[in-house]
Amino acid sequence: MELNIDIKKEQETAQQHIKDQGFRVLVCGGTGCVANGSLEVMDKFRELGANVSTLSAHDKMTVVPTGCHGFCEQGVLVVLPEQHTTYVKVKLADVEEIFNSHIVGGKPVERLLYVDPKTQEHVQKNDDINFYAKQTRTALANCGHINAESLEEAIAVNGYEALANALKENNPDAVIQEILDSGLRGRGGAGFPTGLKWKFTAANKGGKSYVVCNGDEGDPGAFMDRSVMEGDPHKLLEGMAIAAFAIGADEGYIYVRAEYPLAIKRLRKAIADAEAAHYLGKNIMGTDFSFTLHIKEGAGAFVCGEESALIASIEGERGMPRPKPPFPANKGLFGRPTLINNVETLANVPVIMRKGAKWFSSMGTETSKGTKTFALTGEVNNTGLIEVPMGTTLREIIFDIGGGIRGGKKFKAVQIGGPSGGCLTEEHLDLPMDYESLTKAGAMVGSGGLVVMAEDTCMVEVARFFMNFTKNESCGKCVPCREGTKNMLKILEKIVNGRGELSDLEVLEDLANTVKDGSLCGLGKTAPNPVLSTLKYFKDEYMAHIVDKKCPAGVCTALKTIKIREDLCKGCTKCARTCPVGAIEGTVKQPHHIDQSKCIKCEACLTNCPFKAIVKE
Amino acid sequence: MTGSQTKVDFSKIDEIITQCGGKKSNLIAILQKVQEVYRYLPEDAMIYIGTKIEGLSPATVFGVATFYAQFSLDPKGKYEVKCCDGTACHVRGSMPVLNAIKARLNLQDGKFTTDDGLFSVETVSCLGACGLAPVVVINEKVYPQMTSDAIKVVLDTILQEENK
Repeated sequence: MELNIDIKKEQETAQQHIKDQGFRVLVCGGTGCVANGSLEVMDKFRELGANVSTLSAHDKMTVVPTGCHGFCEQGVLVVLPEQHTTYVKVKLADVEEIFNSHIVGGKPVERLLYVDPKTQEHVQKNDDINFYAKQTRTALANCGHINAESLEEAIAVNGYEALANALKENNPDAVIQEILDSGLRGRGGAGFPTGLKWKFTAANKGGKSYVVCNGDEGDPGAFMDRSVMEGDPHKLLEGMAIAAFAIGADEGYIYVRAEYPLAIKRLRKAIADAEAAHYLGKNIMGTDFSFTLHIKEGAGAFVCGEESALIASIEGERGMPRPKPPFPANKGLFGRPTLINNVETLANVPVIMRKGAKWFSSMGTETSKGTKTFALTGEVNNTGLIEVPMGTTLREIIFDIGGGIRGGKKFKAVQIGGPSGGCLTEEHLDLPMDYESLTKAGAMVGSGGLVVMAEDTCMVEVARFFMNFTKNESCGKCVPCREGTKNMLKILEKIVNGRGELSDLEVLEDLANTVKDGSLCGLGKTAPNPVLSTLKYFKDEYMAHIVDKKCPAGVCTALKTIKIREDLCKGCTKCARTCPVGAIEGTVKQPHHIDQSKCIKCEACLTNCPFKAIVKE
Repeated sequence: MTGSQTKVDFSKIDEIITQCGGKKSNLIAILQKVQEVYRYLPEDAMIYIGTKIEGLSPATVFGVATFYAQFSLDPKGKYEVKCCDGTACHVRGSMPVLNAIKARLNLQDGKFTTDDGLFSVETVSCLGACGLAPVVVINEKVYPQMTSDAIKVVLDTILQEENK
């Protein structure tokens, strides 16, 4: 088709405009850094920049609010891209020093550079920070490098180029073939081949059909989709437009969970900007291809991440899964053929179209191609968002990128894939992570949440935690899931409360298998995974709770007592003041005591005692 | 449903329905807007919406309202305190933080809104700010890396502002 926009020319103009910005100061404007005060940091930089005209490079300075860099733990992050410098944990009070010393004077501020947890040295260049150095970013390539709210900056980094090319060539089948050849699989959980999904939906071409983006990232501990939507929204929009062109749809929905207000705001702005510039909406780039996008806000239901439940929710109903078939490809939203892909999947599309299927499939393993984002959290030094080639081992992720376990604690397990996933142990650290190997080990890639657990995490409690989550989120449609999760939770509660019996374990396993076999949707089918995997790898902890009535990690409240050691207590009264229930008594400079009948074992006293005189048994 | 119900201004509901588009598929968006106004979903508002929009009944509206965790049938506080209990926050100690919040606001025995209607407290399953765990969100503001002491300071500051 004939286009009325020369995307290469637009790119050149946009790149020139970025050059004209002079000294670029990138400040992270993701949810995490905003919480740590990045907006104030930006304002301060702007204020300082407005009054000074002699800089170490360029004659003016521009402060660029970016999306999430992924290194949330170290926020507020300030990056000087030309100087390859990343400043971490920047506070408002540090801004002036960075400005005067580095931006004006050309001398980096040593104390604000990242400190490597292994070598304890300041890292000078951002490419040398292990957290970034070991990653390969495709979906997240621009997150943190461009102004997340600027269409022009997105265009400067190849935004809408793939869409323009696809429209010019006007061959939807070739687009589908490229995605098929790339080996891209659904990044939302199950890993269904994306190209096949497109092909099935395209087979129903003719009438009205829809493209839906699943941005209902409900897995606790996962925030990669949020980062893409907040940090590079145009990439998602472009991916959706390419998908719509390939399957012949003219309307689309992005379903975003309501807990992500910033993502919703940025997406709305991105859609409005793209429509105004004719990259979306009616007659895109002057062709006869039109694609209108709407945003639907979720209302807090985990099960809506399941595609048929998500469709029900967009239609304004209770978000309950529907039996498949019919699959959404045949009969989806409002009864029409519908393509549903997750955010990360769609964010990979423009890059694949631009660099080719071969490039994409050169990364990864035999069955799982490309890169995958993981949200690395829990007891690890560098928490944050990472993207690595499929097949990277857990050891590389946790110990190289993640910088090891915090506080020198011992690694115990890593929980993968949220409430549908499982816990893996030390023996799996060298397992190359892909869809098949993880499923075989009893976990799943899922959305990619990696929660690292150390020696002081109780695995039975973790199983209880996840079961409580799935019990609450079970929609109630299938009896095995509705009643099974409830009863599994009851048993797990019994065990963590020290009232477990050996026969409970048999019932637990039996229930787990019934729920797995007898549920309609993915939520129910995978709900028992945390139980089954902890039973498999941490049976000794279950036994300790049941037989010895002890919690080896010292977590389960019913099985521990908090005590004050008289020989160490100096009577400073801090614990008595900290205790939320007033269970600690004593006079100043005299050893204090805990009234065990009042103690709720919250450990507030333990963490606050300056003399380490409070212990748990 | 408990407590006294607010008097509903039906012209306001009409406005919301028109603004969102009075279609069945926009029910969730309509309920979200209504909750923004009243800080909960008054029974009268739900019945009204259920009668007004084609293809809906009050029962369907009630069904949708009770399905989604975001909707509340009881008034929420002026300050909605959301304590994240997602996996990352849980592992890093969100429960002591929640206990401290409840203790500071005198919320016991399953109560979740303070008597003066100033605060309501709930746990949520992940706010996507896992790098900053444990996290508490009050209205739209995110408070990172909370401890039982730090959250008390936050609540005290709000209380001081309110008592001015």
